Amino acid sequence: MIDRGYMSRGFDNFDVRFIGLIFAILGIGVLSIYSVTHDQGVAFPFYAKQVVWILLGTVAFLVMWLSDYHRIARLAYPAYAIILILLTVVLFEGRSSRGAQRWIPMGPFAFQPSEFAKLVLILTLAHYYSQAPRVGWLQRVVLPGLLVLPGLLLILKQPDLGSGLSFLAIYAAMLLMVGMRSKAVGVILLFSLMLFPFAWEIMWGSLHDYQRQRIMTFVDPVYDTGGKGYHALQSRIAIGAGELTGKGLYGGTQSQLKFLPEGHTDFVFSVFAEEWGFLGVLVLLLLFVGLIWLSLEVVARAKDQLGALLAVGILCMLCFCVVINIGMTAGMFPIVGIPLPLMSYGGSATIMTMASLGLLLNVKRRRLSFF
Amino acid sequence: MATAGLHDSELGELQRRLIILRVGLLLVVALLGLQLWNLQIREGPYYRDLSENNRTRSVIMEPARGLIYDRNGVLLANNVPSFTLYVSLEDVTDREGLIRQLTNLLGLDEALIRKKLAARGSKQLPRKVKDRLTLREATLIESHRLDLPGVMVQVESQRNYPGGTTASHLLGYVGEVSPEQLEKPEFSELHQGSVVGQYGVEKFFDRLMRGQAGQKSIEVDAIGHEKRTVVVEQPHAGDNLYLTIDVRLQKVAENLLGEESGAIVALDPRTGDVLAMASRPGFDPNVLSRELTPKQWAEIVQDEGRPLNNRASQGQYPPGSVYKVMMAAAALETKTVTPSTTIFCNGGYQFGRRLYHDWKAGGHGSVDLRHALVQSCDVYFYTVGQRMGIETMASFAHQFGLGEETGIELPSERIGIVPSEAWKRKAKNEPWLPGETISASIGQGYVNVTPLQMASLIGTVANDGAMFRPRLVQAVMDRATGELQRRPAVLKRTLNLRPGILPVIKEALAGVVKEGTATKAQSALVTIAGKTGTAQMTALRTGPEKDIPKKFRDHAWFVAFAPVEAPTIAVAVLGEHMGHGGSASAPLAKELIETYVKLNLDAPSHVKDGAVVRVGDAGGQGTR
Repeated sequence: MIDRGYMSRGFDNFDVRFIGLIFAILGIGVLSIYSVTHDQGVAFPFYAKQVVWILLGTVAFLVMWLSDYHRIARLAYPAYAIILILLTVVLFEGRSSRGAQRWIPMGPFAFQPSEFAKLVLILTLAHYYSQAPRVGWLQRVVLPGLLVLPGLLLILKQPDLGSGLSFLAIYAAMLLMVGMRSKAVGVILLFSLMLFPFAWEIMWGSLHDYQRQRIMTFVDPVYDTGGKGYHALQSRIAIGAGELTGKGLYGGTQSQLKFLPEGHTDFVFSVFAEEWGFLGVLVLLLLFVGLIWLSLEVVARAKDQLGALLAVGILCMLCFCVVINIGMTAGMFPIVGIPLPLMSYGGSATIMTMASLGLLLNVKRRRLSFF
Repeated sequence: MATAGLHDSELGELQRRLIILRVGLLLVVALLGLQLWNLQIREGPYYRDLSENNRTRSVIMEPARGLIYDRNGVLLANNVPSFTLYVSLEDVTDREGLIRQLTNLLGLDEALIRKKLAARGSKQLPRKVKDRLTLREATLIESHRLDLPGVMVQVESQRNYPGGTTASHLLGYVGEVSPEQLEKPEFSELHQGSVVGQYGVEKFFDRLMRGQAGQKSIEVDAIGHEKRTVVVEQPHAGDNLYLTIDVRLQKVAENLLGEESGAIVALDPRTGDVLAMASRPGFDPNVLSRELTPKQWAEIVQDEGRPLNNRASQGQYPPGSVYKVMMAAAALETKTVTPSTTIFCNGGYQFGRRLYHDWKAGGHGSVDLRHALVQSCDVYFYTVGQRMGIETMASFAHQFGLGEETGIELPSERIGIVPSEAWKRKAKNEPWLPGETISASIGQGYVNVTPLQMASLIGTVANDGAMFRPRLVQAVMDRATGELQRRPAVLKRTLNLRPGILPVIKEALAGVVKEGTATKAQSALVTIAGKTGTAQMTALRTGPEKDIPKKFRDHAWFVAFAPVEAPTIAVAVLGEHMGHGGSASAPLAKELIETYVKLNLDAPSHVKDGAVVRVGDAGGQGTR
């Protein structure tokens, strides 16, 4: 599948910037994971494992980048079917961790199908829309909606609210970009998703403690078991305590003293913010914005609809995860389990994100080729 | 891609619509930036203050360890609340001063405190300094609290063995996980101060009984008052064990040994269930589960009676004449003799230049197999052993479970020695001498067995050749679900003997009690069969027994099963330096079997459902 003619032309400046941004963020992630887990005292600590995931992710990145995305897209339906099977398997055979059943054990590691489901969903929807002109409500909204539904329900059953929301966001973003008469629907969906957290916060405020806890245990039992906002508060304290310049590497008392749980996974941003302060946070945000901006360029220069839709799906997924994750650690949204792309510890998420970015860069590379 | 043209117009539209994303992205990022500015710059000093004065302490919530019951639901090990002293290093300002004060207040050893505080582990977890504080000590600490920053007294559960020394070797004891243990993968989820089983069932089943620690955070204000407690993770209690022993029978077995050293094992031959397993001298697991000073520890380890040795599964002794049970089966199976073959015993067996004596000076005259077992004739078995050879004897000994682990669920079981040419070459790097075959035929010389192996051997004979693995735990109850998981009896092997051999031997063993060397085991309540054994300790066999110093006297063996017609109990008794098996050990076996009959214990063992319910109520949940 690898296009040798292209390889010989080498990278252009755009590729270098894109890949540079990815590895800069990955590096910051490993540093933060190292900071919270360096005294773990085991032979193979999290930061070392994360480096392994990044190496595997690099392979995935190269494969997705250097293949023909049209061929990859043709595998979308079978891949989606396999993912649905895996999501079913995980419900029965999966390894549960803290109340949710999300992992399929594979030797010493565990594989999280819901992460890969996101990328496969993007491929599936992009393939669907670009195969033939889709006109009318039924073809534009309802049929793809029926494609999304089984995966969404299986993920919510685990339960994994975070991945479920990502699923909805991908669907909404694709609808919006396909546009036409369904444009209005897409806009409403996307905006309601973005506003959902704020509305949630208002509704949340009017509830009694025990009601909140019941709802929270219902939608996402993983977080805050009996903590009554402990988790969210500790995260806010961690970020705030960073002030302008931060407490320096290992200086974050919140994370070092384990007041902040999950410092290497979903709350890695809080760890970073406590240690590097507002200045560090600005740099990190700029890196993310830069990566997304370059992704937008790829969409703008895509030569066919499939490529544009793939790129748009990936960039919206990325964007959504970054915003929701940082927003939740900063206390703007309720806590849902969404990892920070390229930074949170996690094999499935890291490999999936890097594969997605490879595919995105692939779209740009293809704009001059004919077939 | 025939429809590519149609798509191109849509592609253009799509790309024009990107402006929505660009604007949306910038908007959202600006919002995030604003919130972070708010948190870090505007309210930053407030949060930094919180993070520094927010002296939240992480405290491990120890799980309640699983309980241990006997076969009738009698509690053998539980947890009781006790005071534990912790020091939180991050709050200690003057370490030397603190050590001095603790030494003064509690009379603790300075070096010990230093060692505890220096223990490895993540710095934010408090160090456990002393457990089982008395109420007085706890009050003393609390009243000096303001002078002792970082010192906490916690109520924790402490292992308790209501029976004291009863079944001590079997139950074992618990103790803090050692630094060496912490390095091992099976202890990786533990931390300094975690309590794990260090001996016996407590050690063997530690994984099940340990439970899972929880964690809570305590927020403390500047003066050291607790503001609020947040449970981050609840602890999970460990599983309960139901043993196969009957504690009443166990106590009788231990009392029978009294002050003597030795072991008594009683099994149900039909299942391998261990009904009682006594080893004396014993120890008090309550004492050993406490923090011992090095001096106390040295006293126990250096005790001449070696109380920490479980003589039932770890004591290795020559079996003496008990070996003849296996020898008789081997002789019949190999057709070395038939039941009616007679051999003449004149009191000695000449081999080369050496005369091997029979225990009876004048000899037994002409004896057949039954007579040889009943009167324990040595010359008969010298002859039989010489004819079979050491290798045949070794292979039958192995078949009877000697020289291998019985598989009992206790740590560090010993396997004894089944001598053979290969064994001697490997162990001593010497060739086998023909005369050694003759000693081995009556269970002397290199042969070594454990009392547990002997109980299993006689049980297998009683059970017509079906050998069950000795079983100590009949059921495990998951504390979280209340589910009771029964553990099945395991058939280890069936002896490869022609039918008719074991009945002949069993009849002869009944004769041993009826008219032979063990008439002292006769009971009015039940028919008993058995075999005596006297393991020689020394060649100095001159003069009456009582003139020989105790430590040179022989070990007294007796193995038995009852009732003869349908055996439900197999017993092995070993009395160290107690002299003759027939006079010293046989009466003990009789007493034990009679107790067993009186207790009506011959029903097959299973956990009664009523007992389980009672257990759940007494689950020890309140002892954290």
